[in-house]
Parts: sequence; structure tokens; C-alpha cells
Amino acid sequence: MSIDSIYTELITEHSRDKRNRRNVEGANHTHHGVNPSCGDELTLELRVEDGKIADAAFTGSGCAISQASASMMSDILRGRTVAEADKLAELFLGMIKGDVTDAAELEELDEAIALQGVSKMPARVKCAVLPWHTYQAAIGEQNV
Amino acid sequence: MPHKIADDFPVLNQTVNGNRLVYLDSGATSMRPVAVLQAIDDFYKKEGANPHRGLYDLAQRSTEAYDGSRAVVAKFIGADYEETIFTRNASESLNMIAYCYAPLVLTKGSNIVIPISEHHSNLVPWQVLCKSHGAELRYLYVDKSTGAIPDSEIAAKIDKNTKIVAFAHVSNVLGVMFPLEKLVAAAKAVGAITVADVAQSVPHMKLDLHALDVDFAAFSGHKMYGPMGIGVLYGKRKLLEEMPPFLYGGDMIEDVREQETDFLPPPSKFEAGTQNGGGAVGIAAAVNYIESIGWDAIEKHEKALMTRLIAGLNALPNVTVIGNNDPDARRYGVAAFNIDGVHPHDAATILNDYGIAIRAGKHCAHPLLSYLDVEFKACCRASLGIYNTEEDIEKLLATIPEVRRRMNFVD
Repeated sequence: MSIDSIYTELITEHSRDKRNRRNVEGANHTHHGVNPSCGDELTLELRVEDGKIADAAFTGSGCAISQASASMMSDILRGRTVAEADKLAELFLGMIKGDVTDAAELEELDEAIALQGVSKMPARVKCAVLPWHTYQAAIGEQNV
Repeated sequence: MPHKIADDFPVLNQTVNGNRLVYLDSGATSMRPVAVLQAIDDFYKKEGANPHRGLYDLAQRSTEAYDGSRAVVAKFIGADYEETIFTRNASESLNMIAYCYAPLVLTKGSNIVIPISEHHSNLVPWQVLCKSHGAELRYLYVDKSTGAIPDSEIAAKIDKNTKIVAFAHVSNVLGVMFPLEKLVAAAKAVGAITVADVAQSVPHMKLDLHALDVDFAAFSGHKMYGPMGIGVLYGKRKLLEEMPPFLYGGDMIEDVREQETDFLPPPSKFEAGTQNGGGAVGIAAAVNYIESIGWDAIEKHEKALMTRLIAGLNALPNVTVIGNNDPDARRYGVAAFNIDGVHPHDAATILNDYGIAIRAGKHCAHPLLSYLDVEFKACCRASLGIYNTEEDIEKLLATIPEVRRRMNFVD
């Protein structure tokens, strides 16, 4: 497994992209996710309106894989219903675990399919899944 | 070096991702020479009985092997036999002091002083203890450009309410040696005890704990070419006599009655239950191995490699040395650096593709990485052992520029 399939231009660009790296105005779901063993951290902010994710963005720091994954996820989640987003999270986690490999099935993940190679790099799996686990936690917590 | 040291370490003779393994993570754990592996094997093949218990030949030989190992280690660190206690590792040794000795001296309103650069092993036990005792944990802030502890910090932080001053002898991130004599003198002046974490210094220099005059010291066998799971707690005899046992059980008692127990004196007092016999024999074999090479040869070799490594890192574009970047400033075993714009975990993953093993991240020193002004609040760390060669250093230096290229930076 060549690491060139991980550090693709798409992924390194997303990891340095600033578009999704910001606060979300009127965020009503927020969660701070951390990988204690490596120090990757991100705060995901979502604004959910009428069951739909109107905006998603994050702040934090970490490796290229975690940051690219967070950026791609923000793009994918924006405009989705919460039910759709929940399904996408399951799909992404299934892809990284290696449980879902069917290309047609994964198509829904759009650019995040680029992270499929991480499923073959056990040491980096936690980096790729951090944003999605953070999404799952954020959606379960309504800001007060 | 007298011969190719790496040949003594079978694990180093392998390829990783099609490249010769270049192991630069001895600060995390050093590899073991055949002599150590053989000694452990022999102990279990030829003796293997429970030390201090049986009356038959095998048990007697096991006892001699175990006690003999302690004698070898005690002499190696300039300590007495009774002051040298086998533990699992430096973390356990430090926890024993925090759990058993510290409560004897810590009071509400008193304080413990440690450098900001401490490994979590020498930080979290004190933090938890301070919380539970209403005491204050104070930090000595290192100079960011040299990694040194300024005298003014020592003067400002250690006061009459200081009960414990704990510090690494050599920082596991910055590689600098801390001014142990000054810290000991400042602690003594206010009646505080000193705890030295010598895990990062014991593989790189001759230690004489009596001469250094610290009250307690801790280290691991696995960072000095010994096996994992054996470490040492050193304590001055008087303190070990005052300190209550950490674990109770077999082999640490003199007499047990229905309602009372008399404990054995140190070291047995602190070694309840069957101990890591193979580990003890292994760490003693590691001591013998180090001494067979000799400190002069080790220090000369490691100093030359480190000077070249720091000079080489300085010369690379987009690379920043963390801590003191003067190649001639003495660093022991570890060099920390960052590659601009590249998270250390990505750098380590890419270097691994070339067979190079380095450590990356926060190095069990989160408060230090938060304090230093480094990108990503994390760094790369290359650390040396006696088996490393100039070739290893050149391979690392030649490969680092590949990291930004693989990350699609256009330089």
C-alpha cells in the first residue's frame, strides 16, 4: 500500500484549505473531538434548521488526514438532512473499517472516498474517523 | 566505535518498506543486544525458579541471579544495594514516590516544583497529588530558545513551602541536561526533597547518584538496552526506611501475625510478590553490555552523531530545530524538529515509507508542547542509541526534503 494514495493532491489541498476552517454563525450543535494518543483535535460546529444541516465548519489542528477528512466532511454534510448525514457517517466509518468496499455504494461519500486507503493504515485510522465521530457526538448534543 | 555495534542488535537487521531500517526512536525504547536476549533466555532455561523462596539448588541459583543483578545495577548508578529497588519502569518508580513518600511531607498550602518540560510520568502523579492535598503544582518555565531552566525561575519558584522538586535529568523532548546541582542545592536550602527522572540520561552518561545527591531517582530498563517491564527506583536509605510499602504481599515481610505485620527493610520492603526475574537479569546484562563498550566510546560516538544531526537539520530549508539549535551545545540522545507546514504525524508516516522510524507528536509532554511556540503544538523527534551510525543520520537528512514533496508542496 503506497502512501501516495493517501497524500494525494486532493487530500493535501483539503488539509490546508481554509474554507471550512471557521466558526459557524448561530451554531446549535457543537462538539470538541480529540484523539488523545496523537493530539488531533477539532471543534465541529453545525447549524441545523428544520432537520437540515444549513452550515458545517470546524476549527482545530491535527495531521493532514484528520484535517482533510474534516474539511471534506463539512462540504458533504452541508445541505443534508440529519437523517442523510447520519447515514453518511455510518457509510464513511464502514469504509474506513473496511466493511464497505463497493464503489457504487461509496459514491455517496463524494470526495471523501479519497480517504479509503486509510483503511489499510491501522496507525492512521483514528485520524480519518475523528471528524465523523465528532459529528455523531455533536448531533446528539443540542447547544443551550 | 570498537566494532559495528548495530551487528549486536538482531532487530536492526531488517528492511521496512523495502529500505534498510533506520531506527531513530531510542528515546521511546532502545533495542536489545544479543547479550541481553541471551541472558534472559538463560535465566529461564537454566534457573527459572522463584528467587528468595526455595531451598533447592535451582531456587538458590535464581536468588543469586536476581540479587546479583541488583548489585550490578546499584554499582552502575553509584547507589547502595539496599537503595536500588526493582519496579516495572520509571513511571511506576515515580508513582511509588508520589503515593508513598510524598504524603509524608505534603501539606495544605505547600508546593511541588517541576519544569514545564516534564514527561507525563513525572507530572501527572504530582498534579493529582497536589489536587488531593490542597497543594500547589508550580512550573519552572524553560527558555524557549535554549531549553535551559533560567536561574531566575529556580529562585522565584522554590520557596519555604516547597516540599518536593522533581525534574528530568535530561528532557525527553529538548535533549538538554538540566542543572541538577543547582536544583538540588535550591531544594536543600528549603528542606525539600529532590526526585530525578534519569530515564533519558542513564543510557547516555555515567551516573553517580550518591555524588549527585538527589533523594530519589527513577529509570526504565528498556531505554538502556534492557527489556521492557523492569525499572528502578533509587532512594536514599533513610527515606526508604521512612517510606511505607507500596504493595503488600509475599516476600516483603519479616513476620505476619493475625493483626500485625513486620516488613523487611529496603529493598525487599518494596518488592511484594514474585518479581520480574528475567527482567532483572536482562537489565544487569544491559549494564554489562554498556560497560563493555565503555562510556568514553559511547559519549564520543553519540556526541559526533548529534552534532552532525543538528548541523544537518539547520542546513535544511523549511526545517526548524526545537530547543537549542547550536550543533556544539550538548544534547543527549534526542533532537526535536519540525518541517514547515507538515504535521509531525504525516512526516513520520512518510519517513516510515523510507524505512526511517522517528517519534512524532507531543511526546507525553503536552504542557511543554502547549508552552512552546511550535506549529501544530507537536514535533518530530529523532533519538539516538549506541547502534546508530553516520549513515543513519545522513539517510534521515537526505530523506527529510522528500516529506514536503510527498505532501505536494512546491518548493
